[in-house]
Amino acid sequence: MNCERMESQLIAYLDGRASVSERREVDQHLTACAACRARVEGFRGVWKMLDETPAPEPSAWFDARLRQRIAAEPPPGIWMRLAAWLPQPRLALATLALVLVGIWAATVTGPRFRAPAGASPVAMSEEQNFRMIKNMQVLENYDVLKDLSALNEPQGD
Amino acid sequence: MLGVKEGDEASFELLLQRYRRPLCHFLNRMVRDMAQAEDLAQEVFLRVYRARREYEPSAKFTTWLFRIATNLALNSLRDGRYRQSEISLDAPAESEDGSEIPVEVADGAPVVEEQLVERDRVEVIRRAIFALPEKQRAAVLLHKYQELDYDEIARILGCSVSALKSLLFRAYEALRVELAPLVAPEASGPGPGGNPEGKLP
Repeated sequence: MNCERMESQLIAYLDGRASVSERREVDQHLTACAACRARVEGFRGVWKMLDETPAPEPSAWFDARLRQRIAAEPPPGIWMRLAAWLPQPRLALATLALVLVGIWAATVTGPRFRAPAGASPVAMSEEQNFRMIKNMQVLENYDVLKDLSALNEPQGD
Repeated sequence: MLGVKEGDEASFELLLQRYRRPLCHFLNRMVRDMAQAEDLAQEVFLRVYRARREYEPSAKFTTWLFRIATNLALNSLRDGRYRQSEISLDAPAESEDGSEIPVEVADGAPVVEEQLVERDRVEVIRRAIFALPEKQRAAVLLHKYQELDYDEIARILGCSVSALKSLLFRAYEALRVELAPLVAPEASGPGPGGNPEGKLP
């Protein structure tokens, strides 16, 4: 042990947290080094002095002021409330991720995009066209239907 | 703290009762202004209250609490809102509320004179602590007054344990040099072998 190494050992030696072997090492150095002995005594004196400086007590209205500040806190937003409902923020994120994955999966593989068995996308399209052609007459004469006075007359007389 | 996390108000009250005093003392010694220290301590409790749901018992609660307190104190000191002037040990002493303490020499009763000398001595010690660089000061306060483990202090200050030991050594060495004139002869007790625990009183 030399004086430089004392820098990392001395505090633990003085506050009693050094191991037995570390203490022995420091003790051996101190018997041989007057400068480090003086330093140890100096540190002891400093620690005694630090005990002489009491800190003032918190004021009597500390708690009341704190409660006032807590009461003035804005209420938590919707996300905070949701997070509060869930036991842990990590669980909230995991749930959100799961929901998003579920939506994505439903979008990709859902029934909206699934063709009926035996029908190709081309066949579906033809069927839709056929329905449109079937109603073409009604669609073409829609203005006539709209202006039909019979539809606007009150019923039940 | 786990009770507070579950929304138990009584648990928060318990935390307040337990940590109000040490937190105010620590912050007062950090910023050297009791009103400011109380404001900062309240801010610490408010942050604990706001963050109660995110708290995870992975770290010790005291580590978390004093980490918030240290960061707030360092920020307020760096902002320079509360104390801009450099501290000189030769400057006139100030009381806790910031007013100047006149260094008087009593002309009669020795008791009054002793009290004045004692008050002046305490002020010199306080000034020496406050004159330390901020991180060294925080390390000394957490080590000497809060008696936290090295590991906890290192986590609070964001450094390694070996860096902390070096920081503490430099801080106590600076205090030793600065306060050498105040060391009373009786303070230098027996040598290192005289105290079986090696622990300072």
